[in-house]
Amino acid sequence: MKSLILRDLRLAVRSGGGFALTLSFFLIVVMMVPFGVGANLDLLARIAPGVLWIGALLSCLLSLDRIFQLDWEDGTLEALATSPIPLSGIATAKATAHWIITGLPITIAAIPLGYLLNLETEAYIWLVASLSVGTPALSFIGAFGAAITVGIKRGGLLLSLLVLPLYIPTLMLGAQCVTIGSETPIKLLALVAAISLFCIALIPFACAIALRANLK
Amino acid sequence: MSLWEYANPAKFMALSARILPYLAIASSCLLLAGLFWGFFLTPADYKQGSTVKIIFLHVPAALMAINAWLMMLVTSLVWLIRRHHVSALAAKAAAPIGITMTLIAIATGAIWGKPMWGTYWAWDPRLTSFMILLVFYFGYLALWEAIEDKDTAADLTSILCIVGSIFALLSRYAVNFWSQGLHQGASLSLDKEQHVDNTFYLPLLVCIVGMVLLFLTLVLIRTRTEIRSRRLIALRLRGI
Repeated sequence: MKSLILRDLRLAVRSGGGFALTLSFFLIVVMMVPFGVGANLDLLARIAPGVLWIGALLSCLLSLDRIFQLDWEDGTLEALATSPIPLSGIATAKATAHWIITGLPITIAAIPLGYLLNLETEAYIWLVASLSVGTPALSFIGAFGAAITVGIKRGGLLLSLLVLPLYIPTLMLGAQCVTIGSETPIKLLALVAAISLFCIALIPFACAIALRANLK
Repeated sequence: MSLWEYANPAKFMALSARILPYLAIASSCLLLAGLFWGFFLTPADYKQGSTVKIIFLHVPAALMAINAWLMMLVTSLVWLIRRHHVSALAAKAAAPIGITMTLIAIATGAIWGKPMWGTYWAWDPRLTSFMILLVFYFGYLALWEAIEDKDTAADLTSILCIVGSIFALLSRYAVNFWSQGLHQGASLSLDKEQHVDNTFYLPLLVCIVGMVLLFLTLVLIRTRTEIRSRRLIALRLRGI
């Protein structure tokens, strides 16, 4: 499993644009917001948590189809399915690799982007905390969506339609946690963490069922 | 003699053909009677005026919108566990009806909300949950349409339905942290004494039963259509 994660990481880095593409997209999404709503600093500070979370979500979405698609096309996935590791283990490894490639850089990049959006000083700690415990959920849910749509040609739009509704609870709690003035950020953070742990524990099995149905 | 016997499409077709007319008549009678009773024979509420009468459509539709998803969840589980085709087809058949019910609930709620809350739409937890439910339905149906192979489609939509149910439920409670409620609490419940007054309660009950029967009728009709279209495909493949 470790070698599988390393393989995915190596592929992402060597094929170019593993980290860079996601981060550039994150930057552009966040940059578009002031263009759209105006450069009013108070307004930006108020919507910054939501914008950063939605930006993180969309950047995550962008790279989802790469989780299984390439391996599906060249037959690697079938070879992996016959390997001694169970399919759920493979899904876990792939989702973990996806998180290292997207979730982790997004969390770090959110700090300077938060500054661009005039995020309140006290909110940074909650931003980093909520993104670091919330992005694993995004990667694992995303892996599930990718597993379902892997056999569909041009499944990108469908993938978004399936995955975005599943992101709603994480987004709601995560963005709320960063918003200054919510009384109980620690409680919300715990709930986000709960969603993440739940996804890590159970989503791989759903992924395995979906992959098996697709490989049949 | 068990329920599983009707997993056989031929037996299912025979039974459903036999009970469909009764179901159709019963549901239309109950709905017509309930709506007539509700709209014309109940007094106007002292505060809400005659707009209160929209609950005779709103509450049953909202109930069925959720129960349709619940039924899809059960039939999806049956498909994944016991591989009965009728079950998967029934789940597929229920989805568009669920969408319609959700839309009716949202629309009647908006029409009622304008004079009462002063707005057609608010980001209230219940309203938002229904919007989320609607999106889940759309994703589910889109997945059915996107996959060529019918059995794979049934497998994937079933697992999506199960995972979706969990996240729909999560969203339902997460919205409570995110927004304050405008919608009133439950008007009906099985375990509490306090109900709406009997003058409204009884016609509402008739409407709800009518809506449940209507849902069953529509699901049976649509499932029969799905089974027939499957048979057509099979016949065409055989070259007849």
